[in-house]
Amino acid sequence: MDKSFTERRRRELLVAASLTVVAALVPLFIKNPNVQNIMILTLMFGALSQSWNILSGYCGQISLGHALYFGLGAYTTTLLFTKFGVPPWFGMLAGGAISALIAMALGYPCFRLGGHYFAIATIVIAEIGLLLIQNWEWAGAALGIEMPVRGDSWLKFQFARSKLPYFYFALALACIAWFVTWLLEDSKWGYWWRAVKDNPDAAQSLGVVVFDSKMGAAAVSAFLVAIGGSFYAMYVSYIDPGSVMGFQFSLLMALPAVLGGIGTLWGPLLGAIILIPLTELTRSYIGGSGRGVDLIVYGTLIVVIALARPEGLIGLFSRRKGATR
Amino acid sequence: MTALLETRGVWQRFGGLVANSDVSISVGRGEIVGLIGPNGAGKSTLFNLIAGVLPPTQGTIWFDGEDVTNMPAAERCQRGVGRTFQVVKSFETMTVIDNVIVGALVRNTVMREARRKAHEVLEFTGLAARADVLASDLVPAEKRRLEVARALATEPKLLLLDEVLTGLTPTEAQTGVALVRKVRETGVTVLMVEHVMEIVMPLVDRAIVLDLGKVLVEGKPTDVVRDPKVISAYLGDRHAVGA
Repeated sequence: MDKSFTERRRRELLVAASLTVVAALVPLFIKNPNVQNIMILTLMFGALSQSWNILSGYCGQISLGHALYFGLGAYTTTLLFTKFGVPPWFGMLAGGAISALIAMALGYPCFRLGGHYFAIATIVIAEIGLLLIQNWEWAGAALGIEMPVRGDSWLKFQFARSKLPYFYFALALACIAWFVTWLLEDSKWGYWWRAVKDNPDAAQSLGVVVFDSKMGAAAVSAFLVAIGGSFYAMYVSYIDPGSVMGFQFSLLMALPAVLGGIGTLWGPLLGAIILIPLTELTRSYIGGSGRGVDLIVYGTLIVVIALARPEGLIGLFSRRKGATR
Repeated sequence: MTALLETRGVWQRFGGLVANSDVSISVGRGEIVGLIGPNGAGKSTLFNLIAGVLPPTQGTIWFDGEDVTNMPAAERCQRGVGRTFQVVKSFETMTVIDNVIVGALVRNTVMREARRKAHEVLEFTGLAARADVLASDLVPAEKRRLEVARALATEPKLLLLDEVLTGLTPTEAQTGVALVRKVRETGVTVLMVEHVMEIVMPLVDRAIVLDLGKVLVEGKPTDVVRDPKVISAYLGDRHAVGA
């Protein structure tokens, strides 16, 4: 009955699969470790932004505190590994589960707040989290903790000689985040979230349980972001509070989605592909001590986008245009 | 058989303002009932109480033999109360079909079925040609129709229509009237708030007139429009005497 819809869904899958294959081949040709590092970070932030997009893009609850879940993932994995010898793979799932639970515990009071107040609350809560970790002696306090390096191992997810395993893991992460979003787009939750974002009153009158929708979105979003945090901790093998829970991570999760197209399937990845290399390059060429030049550069970018194409860069490829006429 | 909807001694106060005082109405199964009254009569408030937007200050509301006084709106929708909004509340960033799917998900858990149901409803309401258009691109009359379509997709037993015919051109309003009749034929009970008396009166089986938060008169539309109390509420005492 609805052929065009099924076809579009199938085409999206096909495009994603092709892009994944292409991406998987890239590091076989580009062996420069700095470039590989940028590619890994791009994929990681693409995945993070995609996860952020679930709560803030689809469900419309703008969070500027997702660094909290990123940090929770990083710390859970690192602490479980260094203190109890738990392999990072389990730490990753544990971090995800803890983050999802905390997201719901925080959502319980915060989702009663509307609009900007919610966004402000998320910033404050993430800052509180940062302060707590900074003063938590057992977790290394402000100095942070180092992952003991014990040679290359898949079980411990440590590779000193090659960046390739990290690259493929980051690619897998991006694929998973994309695929989860794709699945959710055509599910009850996906529809509920978009309805809640557009008009909560109308949503309620149509049987949408607004509070539950927000809680669900927060849990999924936080879980995936924490997985990203775990990965980052293993990748850099040294974490301190500021380097995994600082406000800049919250921004770096939000901005790619905003740039690429908030609440869209491809927006976050597209945004990350443009923003993250730009950030890294400005940091290494203009930056140095000038922490913030990168922020200025893409702050400008966002302003331009917001003025010229508020639906994000994805609007340039808009398939919707044909439909809207 | 008991009434489908009943309000018993419902009061709603907003601070010092009494929007509804001691309102007891009932709507039987299969009826089309018109809720009319001048501006500020408390029609919209009563509507919101029935839909579950807020609980009444005092009194109880019964739907389908169950006390729903404190039941949230979403749950009432699941029990079979569908509504439209006076000021249209479309999901603007979603397409017409997606708007309707949200409603259809109440009774269909499988996406494919929800989608099929939504298409059915769009056919029924004459919006099928606009299925893939963004809701924000609809003209006002179509948006009103979308409100009805969304509510119908929830397969309600009772449909609350809040001024769906107001502000339309006469032709659009006539199509609207035809749609409401068609809805009733499918066995749905309709309670409609309406301003435009000449459109709503031939349509409804019974009219309830609210004035200053109270039920003023209730009865057959032809009797109600001739009632001096109604005329005076709308036009002032002088006209009532003249009638």
